[in-house]
Amino acid sequence: MATTYVSTGETKGTRAKTNIARVLSYIFLGFVTLLSLFPFYLLIINSTRSHSELQAGFTLIPSTSFFYNLKTAWNDRTMFVFPMALLNSFIIAALASILTSYFSAMTAYGIHVYDFKGKNMLFKFILVIMMIPTQISAAGFLQLVGVFGMRDTYWPLIIPAIAAPSVFFYMKQYIEGSLPMEVIEAARVDGSNEFKTFNIIALPMLRPALSVQLIFAFVASWNNYFTPALVLDSSSKWTLPIALAAVRSRINSEAGNMGEVYMLIFLSIIPVVIVYIFVSKNIVEGVALGAVKG
Amino acid sequence: MTKKHKSISYAKWGYFFIAPFFIVYIVFQLIPLLSTFYYSFFDYYRSGLKVIGPEFVGFKNYATLFTPDSNGQIGFLTYFGNTMIMWIIGAVPQLVFSLLLSVIYTSYRLKIKGQRFFKTVMYMPNLIMASAYSLLFFTLLSNVGPINQIIMSATGSTFDFLGQVWPARTVIAFINFIMWFGNTTILLMAGIMGIDQSIFEAASIDGASAGQVFFKITLPLLMPILVYVAITSLIGGLQMFDVPQIMTSGNGSPNRSTMTLIMYLNNYFGTSKNYGMAGALSVIIFVITAILSFIVFKTMNSPDKGKKKSKKARG
Repeated sequence: MATTYVSTGETKGTRAKTNIARVLSYIFLGFVTLLSLFPFYLLIINSTRSHSELQAGFTLIPSTSFFYNLKTAWNDRTMFVFPMALLNSFIIAALASILTSYFSAMTAYGIHVYDFKGKNMLFKFILVIMMIPTQISAAGFLQLVGVFGMRDTYWPLIIPAIAAPSVFFYMKQYIEGSLPMEVIEAARVDGSNEFKTFNIIALPMLRPALSVQLIFAFVASWNNYFTPALVLDSSSKWTLPIALAAVRSRINSEAGNMGEVYMLIFLSIIPVVIVYIFVSKNIVEGVALGAVKG
Repeated sequence: MTKKHKSISYAKWGYFFIAPFFIVYIVFQLIPLLSTFYYSFFDYYRSGLKVIGPEFVGFKNYATLFTPDSNGQIGFLTYFGNTMIMWIIGAVPQLVFSLLLSVIYTSYRLKIKGQRFFKTVMYMPNLIMASAYSLLFFTLLSNVGPINQIIMSATGSTFDFLGQVWPARTVIAFINFIMWFGNTTILLMAGIMGIDQSIFEAASIDGASAGQVFFKITLPLLMPILVYVAITSLIGGLQMFDVPQIMTSGNGSPNRSTMTLIMYLNNYFGTSKNYGMAGALSVIIFVITAILSFIVFKTMNSPDKGKKKSKKARG
C-alpha cells in the first residue's frame, strides 16, 4: 500500500469515479464475507436445533437445544467416543506441531550457521522434495509402518513431523533475515556449547516464526484425514476427521439425529476457530511472509 | 589461521543439526517412496486372507491402469479427468476473485478500511477441517437439508445437488474454492506489494485509469506470481481427496463422477492392499507432479532475478 498519495492527478471526475469504485469494492467485500461466514452461521444455528425442528423447516433464528445436542454428541457411544477423538486429535497435533517447529528451526539453523561439505547439495535436495505429495509414498509408508509394528499407533503420525520441508524453508527464510551471526559468535566467545547456543539464544529470537509455524502445523495435523485414516484402525484411536467421515457414512443408512451431527461438526472446528480469532493477525502476515518471493 | 581452524571444527555441528531431519526423512519418506516405486513392478496384493506375491511382473501394473474396464472406461483417465474438471471449476473463479480482492486491498486510491476484518474472515475457511466442511455441506445440501427447505418453499420441489453429476462436482469445487481463495489472495497481495509503488504513482500522475493500471501494469508484472499460484494450485488440485472422499463416503457418487486420482489410489489400500497397482498409480502421479513442479521452479527462479530489470522494459 502506497504511503504517499498523489493528489495532483485528481480531478472532480476521477474522484467521483473513485467513490463509485469504493462503494462497489465494499459491496464485493461484503458479498465475499457473507459467502465465507454463511455456512458457519447455518452450522451454529442448526447446532442449537433439535432433530424434529431441523426436519420441520429452515430458519435463521437459534433455538434452545444447544445443550441437549452437546450432551448427546458428547455421550454418544455408538461409533466412537467424541471426547476421546478430541483428545486423540489434540495429542497428535500438539506433539507433531512441536516436533515440526523445533526440528525445522534446528535444520534451518544448521544449514544457515555452519559451513560443511555437501551443504548446498542438501539444501537443494530439500527444495526439490518440498513439492512431493505425501500421498505418493503412502504404499511404501504403510508397508514400513507394518514392518515397524506401528500400525494402529500414533507414532507414524507424530515422528515423520520432524522432517517438514516447507516449514524448514520458511524457517530458513526467517533466520536469514533475523539472526545475525555476531550473536552466535558472541556466544562462542563466552564459551557456550553450539547446541546450547541454539536452544538458549537462537530459539527465543525465532519466536515469531516458531509460533506461526506451530499454529500452522497444529492445524494441518488437526485437519489431516488421509494418513490417520490409513494407519488408525480401532475406533478408540480415531481422530476427529475419521470420526466425521464415519458420521457421514452413517447418514446414508439411517437418518440419525441431525442436531447431533451439526453439534459434532461445530465441536470439531471450534477449537481452531477460537485460536484463530486470537492469532489471526500473525497468521495472515505469516502466509504473506512464507509466500515464495518471486 | 585460527579462523580457518575454527570453521573446520564447527562443521561437524552442521551435520549434528541437520541429522534428525534427514534421518527421519530418509526412513519415513524416502524409503517408502522408493519402495512404492519398486513394488509398482510387482504383483503384490491380498486376495481374501492370502497375500499374493511379491512377484516381478514388469510393466503389467502400468498396462492395467490404462486398460479399459468392463464398461469400456479407462479408470485412470476417468479419475484424472474428474480431478481436473473439479479443479478447473474451483480454481478459475478462485483466481478471478483473488485477483480482484488483492487489487482492492492494495489499491492506494480506494484505501479500503476494515482490511484486518475482511482478511481475517476470508482466510478462516482455509483452517477449517476439510472433513468438517464436507460433512457440513453434505447436510446443508441434502434433500431434507436447510438449503432444499428454502428451495422447496420457493419452487415446490427440491433440487438434488449431490445426486447429479455436474451439481455434485460443482459443490466439491465450490468447497475447494471457499477454502483456498483467502490463501491465494494473500499470495497475490504479497506479489502486488512487491511491485515498485512509484510505477503506480507515475501512472496516476499521467492520468491512467484504474483499468489501464490493472491491465497495463499490475497484471503483466504479477504474471510470474500468477503462474506460480496457478501451478501450485494445480499440484494441490491433483491431490484432491478429503472433500470428495467424505462427501460421497468414498464412492465418488453419482456414478464415480466425483472420484479423484487420490481416491482411486486410496481404494487400493482397502481390503485388497494392492501395493503393486498403488505403486504404479503413485509413480504416474509423481511424474505429473514433477513436471508441474519443474515449471514452478522455472517461473520462480528466473523471473525473480530478472524482475527488477524487466519491470522497466515491460512497464
